[in-house]
Amino acid sequence: MPAGFTESLYVFVLAGFLGFELIKRVSPLLHTPLMSLTNALDAIVVIAAIIICGRHESNLSTILGAIAVAAAFSNMIGGFLITDRMLRMFKLSGRKKQ
Amino acid sequence: MTILATQQLVDFAYILAIALFILSLKWLSSPATARHGVLAGEIGAAVALVTTFFNPELVEFKWIFVGLLAGVIIGIPLGLVPITAVPQRTAMSHAFGALAASLIGISEYYVQTPHITKFGMIEIAMEVIIGSLSVTGSLIAAGKLQEILPQRPIVYKGQNIVSLTVLGSAVILALVLMFNPGLTVLFPIMVAVSLFFGFLLVMPIGGADMPTVISLLNSYVGLSAALLGFVLNSRVLVVAGALDGSSGFILSVIMCKAMNRSFTNVLFGAFGQLQVSAEKGKEERTVRSASPEEAAQIIGSSNSVIVVPGYGMAVAQAQHKVREMFDILTKKGIDMRFAIHPVAGRMPGHMNVLLAEADIPYDKLIDMETANSEMAQTDVALIIGANDVTNPAAKTDEGSPIYGMPIIEVDKARTAMVIKRSLNPGFAGIDNPLYYMEKTLMLFGDAKKFVSDVVHELSGGGGL
Repeated sequence: MPAGFTESLYVFVLAGFLGFELIKRVSPLLHTPLMSLTNALDAIVVIAAIIICGRHESNLSTILGAIAVAAAFSNMIGGFLITDRMLRMFKLSGRKKQ
Repeated sequence: MTILATQQLVDFAYILAIALFILSLKWLSSPATARHGVLAGEIGAAVALVTTFFNPELVEFKWIFVGLLAGVIIGIPLGLVPITAVPQRTAMSHAFGALAASLIGISEYYVQTPHITKFGMIEIAMEVIIGSLSVTGSLIAAGKLQEILPQRPIVYKGQNIVSLTVLGSAVILALVLMFNPGLTVLFPIMVAVSLFFGFLLVMPIGGADMPTVISLLNSYVGLSAALLGFVLNSRVLVVAGALDGSSGFILSVIMCKAMNRSFTNVLFGAFGQLQVSAEKGKEERTVRSASPEEAAQIIGSSNSVIVVPGYGMAVAQAQHKVREMFDILTKKGIDMRFAIHPVAGRMPGHMNVLLAEADIPYDKLIDMETANSEMAQTDVALIIGANDVTNPAAKTDEGSPIYGMPIIEVDKARTAMVIKRSLNPGFAGIDNPLYYMEKTLMLFGDAKKFVSDVVHELSGGGGL
């Protein structure tokens, strides 16, 4: 087993449980923004894409890396943007209450 | 020594980013703090992104910037799509996420290939298989949601066997590669087979099952990112992937429960294909229908209205007219609220977002349990573009394909009104006895037009 595997597994299990507890508490009202936000957070794979692209091991890896950078970064930008747009629309009927 | 110090700096920055991601999800729990959550996520992502450029392995920056620029050019329009297009946008975003993860895995294979360990090979193979099938699966889902592809389930005989054989071949190729990593010719075949499996997996699934499918794909994308973290020994990816994966998984479970179905049933059941045995009671049944004027009169003289919105409301773009109705009724002192079934619409939370966009305050959106406990005291249940989620057969008819599915019990309200184009059974082809009940009024017509006429009557017409 390669070095680091056990640590990764350890982190994966803990993060999975943490995610479970966090997501369970998200109001069903916000399940659509939840999905777009987690997509944006998941787009952190962009950092791996940057390294693959910038290490320049071969032309192939640089090209694949650049495409991956584009795909992930567009998810990051688009995901945060649309999540915020959706969340801005959620309002309480405040005017009436106060 | 300085390289080591830089490496540590990068690691600390990544830990900070992860902490911010966790806070981001924590703050998303309620609408009051949710926007802080987005900000925390943005800061975390920015910190991780900037520090990555200090990675000493980087030697060539030109293509990185080309990629980032392309990401901005594609990402901004994807962030600005109309709210009605959010389900297909989400599916596209799953496809992009999976594409990025797959390409990194593929590239990593070619970099490591002659010296790859068995264990490393199997990690990469799993990552690339799951990533690739999510790419095509998400694209098909997006096509169905955009209605480029038919929303009906597309099925043929022996379909499940074919699909499983294709998946099996991908797994066998992965195993062969594990023992002979040098057989580089097999790797692209494995990728192609996985892509094909994603296509086969989603093609047979109908539009009504999209909330579950889109959640499942979400968890696959998260899983592929986490696996990529294993391949690259990157804990940030492991954590981000695990969070995304568990989110998609929980949503899928919620969606399945809300339909009283299992994963296997959603994936292999081809719901909506069933030519139901509803032929049995085909005697002439009477239906009561009403005009907009009559409907407006009943609504205008009620004390409480619960609206049950469904995908049909989104299709007819009726939500803004519904808001006008909400304003008028609120002014008259009539309590109007919205009961949201978990699987209403095409993705989790779809109806909430549409109604929020139409400026309906979110404290007027109630969940199924609350709605059902208050339904008996409700004067009017108004169903706009929803069908199966209100079908009482789910509770009473053991022969019905949706038997056991939790529904919003509109048949408990004093009057149930159903806005519908015609009596045709809905998308899933399941007969709805609600339409033939004594207390039910059918309001035939286009949802937007009908609500608009009711609004006109309520405001201009006689009023109270």
